[in-house]
Amino acid sequence: MNRVTLVRLCVIAGSVLAVEAMCRFGVINRLTLLPPSEMATYLLHLLVSGEINQAMIQTFSNVAIAFVLSVVFGFVLGAMIHAIPRLRRACDPFLASYYSVPIFVFYPLFVSLFGLNRWPLIMIGFVFAIAAMVIATLNGLDRVPPVLLKLARVHRMSRSAEVLRVVLPAAGPYLFTGGKLALAYSFIGVLAGEFILSGGGLGYAIAYAYDAFDNRTMYALMLFVLIVVTAINSALFIWEQRLLRRRGRG
Amino acid sequence: MSVIPETSSSAYVGGHDSAPTTQRSLQRFLDSLLLIVALAVVWQLVYWKSDVAITGPIETIKTVFELLGSDNFWRHALASGRAFGLSLLMSLIGGVAVGLALGAHRFSGAVAAPILTALYTIPKVTLYPMVLLIFGLGISAKVAFGVMHGIIPVVIFTMDAVRNINPVMIKTARVLKLSPTETAFRILIPAVMPEIVTGLRVGFSLTLLGVIIGEMFASQQGLGFMIINGMNVHNVRSLTAVVLLLVLFAVVSGSALLALERRLQH
Repeated sequence: MNRVTLVRLCVIAGSVLAVEAMCRFGVINRLTLLPPSEMATYLLHLLVSGEINQAMIQTFSNVAIAFVLSVVFGFVLGAMIHAIPRLRRACDPFLASYYSVPIFVFYPLFVSLFGLNRWPLIMIGFVFAIAAMVIATLNGLDRVPPVLLKLARVHRMSRSAEVLRVVLPAAGPYLFTGGKLALAYSFIGVLAGEFILSGGGLGYAIAYAYDAFDNRTMYALMLFVLIVVTAINSALFIWEQRLLRRRGRG
Repeated sequence: MSVIPETSSSAYVGGHDSAPTTQRSLQRFLDSLLLIVALAVVWQLVYWKSDVAITGPIETIKTVFELLGSDNFWRHALASGRAFGLSLLMSLIGGVAVGLALGAHRFSGAVAAPILTALYTIPKVTLYPMVLLIFGLGISAKVAFGVMHGIIPVVIFTMDAVRNINPVMIKTARVLKLSPTETAFRILIPAVMPEIVTGLRVGFSLTLLGVIIGEMFASQQGLGFMIINGMNVHNVRSLTAVVLLLVLFAVVSGSALLALERRLQH
């Protein structure tokens, strides 16, 4: 392990310990924050007892649907926009300002459109994630080296063979980045929707625990969400770096 | 490339193409306009087709003008604006300060980078109850939540830019025996201005997101509250109009910052 990683781990461990100490010695009021060790023990209890299984299934399945939809539609839309330069020029200003809009303001509209069920949650995750995939697809297709396309022509590849064997592998790392972002954004979208207004899921459970002054459940669930999301994001980040490094060597 | 690829999508500045002639930029403008009209038509069709109560585009624009003339709207807009302005100011000042420090001290930057990436992608919404418990209900919780969203991109972009600064400039500062403050204000900040503006643009939208989400949950004031309240009392007309106004505000300010950024880069 190199020095940077070691120091980083120490910084993180140190901050957790500092919070723990401040909670234990009464610097931080128990009504405000619980010691991290207590959050972890209670989280373990929640996981073992199965109390949050229902909420977990609900949240993760919504995230999965939003993720798949945004990747598929984002890719198709991106490829379409890339193929029609005029459409692309028209879309550019919208793509550039897409993430300046606070997308969550649409959530209540989705609720009145679809009713209070899982679809507004999936839609808000989808809408939040799709632009990242569209932009990644455009980036990837832009950066396919022209020499590879010439090579495909020299080999008299059919259009489908060219796409499958040349274009997609060349754009691969960018598409991967798009997928990684789409997953992170789907999580944020679904959890935020559940948190603001819904009848179930982890986000709802956190908001419910807050309303009921049930700090133990609330902090345990927050810890759970943070651990799961950080673990998934970091795993994808490491995988992505490996892909990019391999690309750099090849 | 940025250390943090996450930011690349929010930093999208459009496709590359050759310098447009006047005629081409006119066509591009018309095409974009056409796209807006197409979106409005789809909206109108959804309005006609669906049996649920949503408001059509024309009626919404009428409501927008009604809102702009009402005191109630301005009271809420002012509440949001104050929280947003404070958060943005704090994100900018804090973000640039932290970013300069982490960029100038290479080792701390390397330690912090992955932590910043992780903080950038976690769903911070779930942490809002903690912010409420720490700061209490009211404007300070909203501001704190806005800063939590907005400060990270400013830090990341500033840090990356300082790391990639031409080393000659930093050597010059040392040769001239500038103090750290002087180095920051006379060398570093002018050199990384374009990236600070990029960070500000991304931070701007995230701060807005943070403040609005804060108002949508446990608040009695602000545009976020108007949206949630509009849904609770089935006032879809005012809900849609507020959403449209917020989208317009976000798009116009985002485009203005983008234009500023492009000008600084040339």
